[in-house]
Amino acid sequence: MASLLHQIQHQNVTIQTPLPLDGGQILPSVTIAWQSYGALNADRSNAVLVCHALTGDQYVASDHPATGKPGWWARMVGPGKPIDTDRFHVICANVLGSCMGSSGPATPDAATGAPLGMAFPVITITDMVRAQAMLLDHLGISRLHAVVGGSMGGMQTLAWAATYPERLASALVIASAARHSAQNIAFHEVGRQAIMADPDWQDGNYYDKFCTPTKGLAVARMAAHITYLSEEGLTEKFGRRLQARDIKSFGFDADFQIESYLRHQGLAFTDRFDANAYLYITRAMDYFDLAEPHDGRLAGAFAAARDVRFTLVSFDTDWLYPTSESRRIVQALQSAGAAASFVELSAPFGHDSFLLDVPALDRLVAGALGSGF
Amino acid sequence: MALRPDLAIIADAVPSSARVLDVGCGDGELMVALRGKGVDARGLEIDPANVTAAIARGQSVVQGDANRDLADYPDDAFDYAILSQTLQTTERPDRVVGELLRIAPRAFVSFPNFAHWRVRLALLWNGRMPVTRLLPVAWYETPNIHHVTVRDFRELLREKGIKVERVWHLSGDKPTSDAAASWRAEHAIFLIART
Repeated sequence: MASLLHQIQHQNVTIQTPLPLDGGQILPSVTIAWQSYGALNADRSNAVLVCHALTGDQYVASDHPATGKPGWWARMVGPGKPIDTDRFHVICANVLGSCMGSSGPATPDAATGAPLGMAFPVITITDMVRAQAMLLDHLGISRLHAVVGGSMGGMQTLAWAATYPERLASALVIASAARHSAQNIAFHEVGRQAIMADPDWQDGNYYDKFCTPTKGLAVARMAAHITYLSEEGLTEKFGRRLQARDIKSFGFDADFQIESYLRHQGLAFTDRFDANAYLYITRAMDYFDLAEPHDGRLAGAFAAARDVRFTLVSFDTDWLYPTSESRRIVQALQSAGAAASFVELSAPFGHDSFLLDVPALDRLVAGALGSGF
Repeated sequence: MALRPDLAIIADAVPSSARVLDVGCGDGELMVALRGKGVDARGLEIDPANVTAAIARGQSVVQGDANRDLADYPDDAFDYAILSQTLQTTERPDRVVGELLRIAPRAFVSFPNFAHWRVRLALLWNGRMPVTRLLPVAWYETPNIHHVTVRDFRELLREKGIKVERVWHLSGDKPTSDAAASWRAEHAIFLIART
């Protein structure tokens, strides 16, 4: 399926400027695929950058070209929506390392024309942000009204404030963290091992093969999907109910609804995502620790970001990026002297709450973007 | 909507372009008024619905508890700290006042005076914990766990060596004289400062 995925044409630009990466390697040129919504105003001051999560993409408010499903944040971005495209020029770029048109492991090697696979360098969240800044330079946008993101998108938003504090007026960080915890890394490692244990992975050289590591990628997605939901949500939605049967099979079919649901989620994911991209992006998240370059002092990361207005939101049922991680960021911002807002919202959906119907989040996003504009 | 009288006094007394932390800022009503006159106002509020409402109004508010989370602010982060109608709900009002004057050299502190004559009468005549306009909740469910009088507060400030720069006494939402404020003031606003 990966070959079909890579046949989709995306709006993109190749910038012939070398990008030095945190890992020490240099990308000789950078291809960035992006979507935009709403008009850029005359003084180019109404641009809002939306950063997507691990398995997200640039199709924030338009139908997904592979699945035909509505954009992943169509409820948040659009005319009259909290991120109002009648007022803002909204840009969303596919992250570096991903599989929807930006430079990543499926990118052809300049010399051989064959996909790079595992020869693509390991990238970081800050590398993703540097690539986005290159796109904005190309688009002639020097300063953003806001950077907004949930989950890994929130990490990019924080990295934006740390790396280019003069280029954004406000930062909206939802259900995120300034570092990956041991638990976060552990879940990602399970996913990566599932992919690499799939014989069809073939050390990442599967792009021209008939078989691709869909089984491994599906298992990775199944494990990750559990972490996006709350126990309360799972119990309410599935409980111990059986799937299309009245009695247990005493076998290993998907007896339970939750099993059937996860298998479906895992399989459907392989239609729209590339296994190698999953390896690279999870690695980038695991390496993320904004405090690390500042001797473990997170406030050091925000020393130059005093003029950025931060808004942080966590959800009470999110155990993947719990409230304590957002509080840690707030404390660092306060000690750096930056203006910070923070609230823990109550929502039943776990980490995925940021993508779902939480009316209080809509009000917060609209308020955080509206102020001072 | 008109500001609550104690908030109007504070809003009036804060100089424009000051940096202010409003502790227990509610839905940001005072912050909106302060921003209107050029004050850089931030808030701390315990109730998430209030925090959401304040952020939706464009204010910078952190959800947190004045009993614990003032510790996260650096020394002298602000010019003024404001604690309106909240002192009597804190676990250790003395420590909270100390924190206010750590993060700012000056603080506004307002509270309902428990020695107001109506409160005294209710206790004297009925032998019951008073339920008044400013203290409207029965003793068993009131958030006001540390009732305080104007004299108590002055005594606390004296013990801690804190300077009183200005005091406003209110009765029925109107200013009342300082004379006999101990029993005539329904409500007091202190502007206090480090010595």
